Amino acid sequence: MSGLTLLYTLFAYVAIAVFLVGFLARIWKYATTPSPLKIPLTPAPVNSVGVVYRMVQEVGFFKSLFYSNRIIWIGGYLMHIALLITIVKHLRFFFKTTPAALAWITSFEIYVGFIFFGALAFLFLMRLVIDRTYYLSLMQDYVLLIFLMLIAATGILTKYYVRTDIIKVKQFVMGLVQFRPEAIPGDPIFIIHFTLVLLLLIYFPFSKLMHSGGIFFSPTRNQVDDAREVRHVTPWAVKG
Amino acid sequence: MAEEITTTEEKTVDKDIAALLTSPPKRAPEPTPELTGKIVKPKIVQGAAAHYKPHVAKPEIQEKLGFPGTLVENWQEAAVAKMRELLGKYKSLQVYMDICVRCGSCTDKCQYFLSTRDPKNMPAGRAELFRQVYRKYFTTEGKIFGKLAGAVDFDLSLLAEWYSYFHQCSQCRRCSLYCPYGIDTAEISMAAREIMDSIGLGQKYTNEIIGKVHELGNNLGMNEAALRNAIEFVEEEIEEDTGVPVKLPINEEDAEVLLVTPSADFFATPHLESLVGYAKVFHQAGINWTLSTTAAEAGNFGMFVGSYYHMQKIASRIKQAIEELRPKRLVVGECGHAWRVAYAFWNTLIGPFDMLNQKYPRPQHICEFTLDLINRGALKIDKSANDEFVVTFHDSCNVARATRMGDKPGGQFDIPRELIKAVTNKYVDMEYDTIRERTFCCGGGGGLLTDELIDVRVKGAMPRMQALHNVMETHGVNFMALICAICKAQFTKIMPKYGIPMEVAGGVHQLVGRAIVLGAKE
Repeated sequence: MSGLTLLYTLFAYVAIAVFLVGFLARIWKYATTPSPLKIPLTPAPVNSVGVVYRMVQEVGFFKSLFYSNRIIWIGGYLMHIALLITIVKHLRFFFKTTPAALAWITSFEIYVGFIFFGALAFLFLMRLVIDRTYYLSLMQDYVLLIFLMLIAATGILTKYYVRTDIIKVKQFVMGLVQFRPEAIPGDPIFIIHFTLVLLLLIYFPFSKLMHSGGIFFSPTRNQVDDAREVRHVTPWAVKG
Repeated sequence: MAEEITTTEEKTVDKDIAALLTSPPKRAPEPTPELTGKIVKPKIVQGAAAHYKPHVAKPEIQEKLGFPGTLVENWQEAAVAKMRELLGKYKSLQVYMDICVRCGSCTDKCQYFLSTRDPKNMPAGRAELFRQVYRKYFTTEGKIFGKLAGAVDFDLSLLAEWYSYFHQCSQCRRCSLYCPYGIDTAEISMAAREIMDSIGLGQKYTNEIIGKVHELGNNLGMNEAALRNAIEFVEEEIEEDTGVPVKLPINEEDAEVLLVTPSADFFATPHLESLVGYAKVFHQAGINWTLSTTAAEAGNFGMFVGSYYHMQKIASRIKQAIEELRPKRLVVGECGHAWRVAYAFWNTLIGPFDMLNQKYPRPQHICEFTLDLINRGALKIDKSANDEFVVTFHDSCNVARATRMGDKPGGQFDIPRELIKAVTNKYVDMEYDTIRERTFCCGGGGGLLTDELIDVRVKGAMPRMQALHNVMETHGVNFMALICAICKAQFTKIMPKYGIPMEVAGGVHQLVGRAIVLGAKE
């Protein structure tokens, strides 16, 4: 095993471990922190089926954002959809024989990487152009966008321009999955792409990217509007 | 030399503390925004609202509530400790600290930003004041990258900003409606105020009132004799007006209904007119009802300062009144934040209401109550009594976005409108973006209804005034019906500054009261 392979094998395991442990620790914190009072934003669903529907609308279509700001919605929605498709397409590296459904999805060439990059660039531009978001934006907001754009750009390069041997990539990834390390493809663009992704995984639990898991724990969106019918009690809020 | 520097530093700190604790200087009133009928997204003006702040509560007010009398010496440490406590107690606060992506969706939604143009009045800008401290003391990102990542030392100048800007939020939740994650700035401003109270920096107006309600049972601080006098006066007025002896019973045991209403209804104008309306409804429907001197206040300012303890203590008076008087039903008068506490929190704070009749909502809003009677034909209505009015309805923020009426989501919008339409002939809604869940706050909610914040209040009312102005121009609207004591007090005070007569603001039950035909039933 080359030094590079060893380095990246360790790096990958560390990054995935930090991501998983960090992410789950955050989620655990959100899940276990009590909500002493009923604070759904009304009009709100009056039963839990309705809450699931509300969440689907928010997570699946960014409904509140849609009604709030159509421009940001377009950028944000395109970016997230493109990201989702990209992640799904990448799943083929994790299967020895690609499942038929995945192969079918992957067979469409829709230049999703370009859409992803374009949406990110658009969001970056919007941050600068709208004086209100320019005022609000912090270093990490720009850093994350640049990070994602670099990941997209290197991904696009490996796919269309400086083609990486994806058989070797698959062997490497399968090696990681099956805990018997294989050689990392030496292609520098691929290595940059892979490095950025691992760094992003490490940063993820400590960043605003936690909105991905956090939204499910937002009391204004996940509570049932039944305060009069069902008495809501949490341990610390019960009078001793 | 080193000693000298220390002394200068200490002197500056002392001066900063003194500046923080002193009242805002008296200034000439700022110009009222122009009525153009349009609500425009302004360009930001940094610091434009930095000079507003409410009076700081005196030690005697603070100590009565169990808070330190004045800013404690180790205030920074104490504030961070309190923040840690609250992060562990409120899922909303913990989650909302982490998940804002600063997308900008909320930035043009707050009435205080739209009118003051100060970016710290954008919901995410306001919350940023809290997040700066959160990052510094509670996040890895903040601990490693510090200022670069938006983590800021909790120093006196930041505390001064907290005190100013967290008292320019009426906790109306409009931002939460438009946030993709539902981040509710009300939760953050409540937590901020709770932290400030815990280190001895309280707001005079709200905390004084909390003290009064603990002591005397109502926000106005009137004793039982004064309350009885006021009610007698109302009875005389009604009899003079109508020739019918309509009674407002007090402390009647075993009545069908206990009415809990904001104490402003007993004294203030136009609140009093709604009280007359409730009394006529009960009288004409033949329902045995009572007010209570123990629970002569529906309002609960404990919510404004985020104090679960005080909110529960205030609410416990309602429970006490139920135990004393044994009513079968509990009805709440016209008040926005009070209805939020009643509808969403009472069951948790003082429930369960097993002693009340389970056939009816516990508690029930007066609009639900009256509309139900009208729909069942229990009241004789003469709509033409309100023919001089073209009516519109202002959805109170707390009612609209934190409660419900009836069985269906949105009943809080439909039921008051149906009720108005049942007692008037001419009704017009205001602009789409300013009604129902999209409504703007009146500008005086959340503990801002105090004289020294008048400029903030006048500005905060701007979006509503624009929308009202439009329907006044286009449809001849001359009555804006309200179901909130704070809205009523706020609008009657600030509308004249916009050149709108104060009589345009009034209660929904003011209209109901005028339309009810008293006398023997057919």
